Amino acid sequence: MEKVVYFDNAATTKVLKPALDAMLPFFNDRYGNPSSVYSVGRDAKKAIENARAIVAGAIGALTEEIFFTGSGTEANNWALKSAAELRQNKGKHIITSAIEHPAVHNTLKYLESKGFEITCLGVDKNGQISTDELKKAIRNDTILISVMTANNEIGTILPMAEIGKIASEKGVLLHTDAVQAAGSVPIDVAAMRVDMLTISGHKLGAAKGSGVLYIKKGLKLPPLIHGGGQENGERSGTEDVAGIAGLAAALEYRVSRLPLDSVAQKRDRLITELLKIPRSALTGDPINRLPGIASFVFEAIEGESMLLMLDHFGICASSGSACSSGSLDPSHVLLAIGLPHEMAHGSLRLSLCEDNTDEEVDYVIEKLTEVVAKLRKMSPVWNED
Amino acid sequence: MYSEKVMEHFANPRNVGELPGANAVGEVGNAKCGDIMKIYMKIEDDVIKDVSFKTFGCGAAVATSSMATELVKGKTIKEVLNITNKAVAEALDGLPSEKLHCSVLAEQAIKAAITDYYKQKAIDPLPIVGCDLECEDCAGH
Ligand SMILES: Cc1ncc(COP(=O)(O)O)c(C=O)c1O
Repeated sequence: MEKVVYFDNAATTKVLKPALDAMLPFFNDRYGNPSSVYSVGRDAKKAIENARAIVAGAIGALTEEIFFTGSGTEANNWALKSAAELRQNKGKHIITSAIEHPAVHNTLKYLESKGFEITCLGVDKNGQISTDELKKAIRNDTILISVMTANNEIGTILPMAEIGKIASEKGVLLHTDAVQAAGSVPIDVAAMRVDMLTISGHKLGAAKGSGVLYIKKGLKLPPLIHGGGQENGERSGTEDVAGIAGLAAALEYRVSRLPLDSVAQKRDRLITELLKIPRSALTGDPINRLPGIASFVFEAIEGESMLLMLDHFGICASSGSACSSGSLDPSHVLLAIGLPHEMAHGSLRLSLCEDNTDEEVDYVIEKLTEVVAKLRKMSPVWNED
Repeated sequence: MYSEKVMEHFANPRNVGELPGANAVGEVGNAKCGDIMKIYMKIEDDVIKDVSFKTFGCGAAVATSSMATELVKGKTIKEVLNITNKAVAEALDGLPSEKLHCSVLAEQAIKAAITDYYKQKAIDPLPIVGCDLECEDCAGH
């Protein structure tokens, strides 16, 4: 296979060298069970506590507020289901946004089937919710708000500090899915005033199947997973020591690299050059956006076809078109920002990391421009004028 | 997920573009659902002398269109009307289940072109084609 030009870092990342180095000893050298009393076990336990301190430091939290999970999805499930359970006697109303990841969206749908009432706030064309609307949506029986820090498909960064201020003034619990934001933009749980925050390892240079839920001190969230009482009784199951060590090392490294100005410059070059393609548009907020996400729609062509043709040139990217998602509808995020179905089918997301070079950016611009032209030439809905 | 045959037809689609002098044109699908197939035919003495297509859609939509044009070329109208979506999918060594609707679309596009051919000649296509393309099977597209 020819060289892989990887522009799908919002889907997953490669494991960074510092993360891999942090992980390797725990497979066949320091392999003890962290719950064991002897030194090999205590050594593993120490590694976990060290990782906890690193993660806490990276997001402005206390060590006892950091809990390791088996994925971002698990952390989202835990936060939402357990917060709903905890506060159900106070009320059953939950507020969220229309652009959440399925790990939040479908968990809330599940809670809806269990008798909770969900208000889903719409977004504007940039993917921003209105904080006024949020204020108006809060009722006496509102117990929880879940709004993502940054969106995975269109890169929009939401005003979490403002949202946090509203939630805390009203005494409503606030969860945020920071899976795409962590390691890409600074995260400060105190400034955001969140009660719960989700991180996923494989989006920031650590291994798949590692995650974090930050739970603010004082919030007694019931566990989602019961068992041997690991993670202070909050999340049972023998700890994935390597995964935890890797997540902490990756997050620490990524935070030390912030702000990602050189990544943002490459993103901006992609945007400027690709918007020269006729009848193309940027999706998401042009200003408040993640440094690594350039997302587009191209009229009269379909996303999966674009991905297959790009794959031919060794380029990895993503689309929110129906055909690439396996359902009949294009992504709910693209529909939520007001794109008609026919435009949403032509979506493409390029997501960068620090490894992507200027040469790769040039290559993607050249090949994508070619691919769009080629597909339009065979499209019955495209006409030149 | 796609067979090599599908990928090959997607990468090198046969008979792409408009067909000058076409006397039968069928278009099915809609942009909302994410796929539209347009098939152009030049029919002489009930034989498909030439054929081409334009398609908006996923990899399977392009590959099934391409395969459909290959299957109809040189055939008689009667033979062409017997081409089923299953035959199109099989000729591509199968399609993933969620993409089978693309082969349905290809069958419909062929029928739509033949329907257009008879309509232009002011002949009622329904008894010949046997489907007005408005039935349940087509409703999704
Ligand atoms: C915004 C967002 N939340 C949650 C997840 C799920 O995380 P994980 O893959 O670790 O379960 C993802 C990744 O797919 C994501 O992009």
